[in-house]
Amino acid sequence: MSEFAPTVFPAGARVRVRLDWPEQRGPAHIRTPHYVRGREGTVLRPLGRFANPEDLAFAREAAILPLYHVRFEQRALWPEATEGDEVVVEIFGPWLETA
Amino acid sequence: MNLSGQENDRLLAALRGLLAAKNLVSTAEIAERIAATDRASPAQGAAMVARAWTDAAFRARLLADGARAAEEFGIMMRGAPPLGVLENVPGLHHLVVCTLCSCYPRAVLGYPPFWYKSVAYRARAVRDPRGVLAEWGTTLPEGTRIRVVDSTADYRWMVLPRRPDGTEGWDEAALAALVREGDMVGVTQPRLP
Repeated sequence: MSEFAPTVFPAGARVRVRLDWPEQRGPAHIRTPHYVRGREGTVLRPLGRFANPEDLAFAREAAILPLYHVRFEQRALWPEATEGDEVVVEIFGPWLETA
Repeated sequence: MNLSGQENDRLLAALRGLLAAKNLVSTAEIAERIAATDRASPAQGAAMVARAWTDAAFRARLLADGARAAEEFGIMMRGAPPLGVLENVPGLHHLVVCTLCSCYPRAVLGYPPFWYKSVAYRARAVRDPRGVLAEWGTTLPEGTRIRVVDSTADYRWMVLPRRPDGTEGWDEAALAALVREGDMVGVTQPRLP
């Protein structure tokens, strides 16, 4: 993903992970797990800014992107999950949109 | 590439020679890094946990910035990813996994255990954390939520487990001896011997 959405999400923001599969368009190095794509979660806290691994992996000049700790209800991901359990995932800003 | 041990040694020697010749990394820096990697072990993390259990100010520093707290123990964090520390409290238990590869807080815990890198653990910890904990013999008090932390990007995560009951008055060394690597991943909890 080369375009950078400059949205900044505060703790507590409801977000949706983009339903996108760059690996289907060609060689890609993606740090956004399949199981959260298209799913809604809540920003737990911003983690700072880091060089985009999707560029670093190919020795391209890497944009410095905000990284967020995003919490998902297990129930929103897996039907058999226990109510109240959660998964927290590090996700780069351009993968997130306001839910 | 499938290289013999001898070919591997030659390749490594050539790479080190080039890095030194181009002034990218000195042989002393490589030696320092190898020594730090060899020193890293779960005992370092256990010492940090024991200090956090006995020193509230250190606990606050550890939770705020794990890497800086680790440096207080002489652990070399230069060049290491940021370290996040996840505190288990009554009602909330953390379990760390890296579903994409094998990200692990090596600077403070050493090499990841073999099971942490297995496809089975990586797939199941995120989808069936309660099943995984049950197989480790870990039982949580009723009503405890599980928060799985999937280590997908630039942070590394370790769990600050709960101090076991019955350890009141124990000194740091005795407490540290209770803490195993699995306790700092969240598959197990420290318990009295």
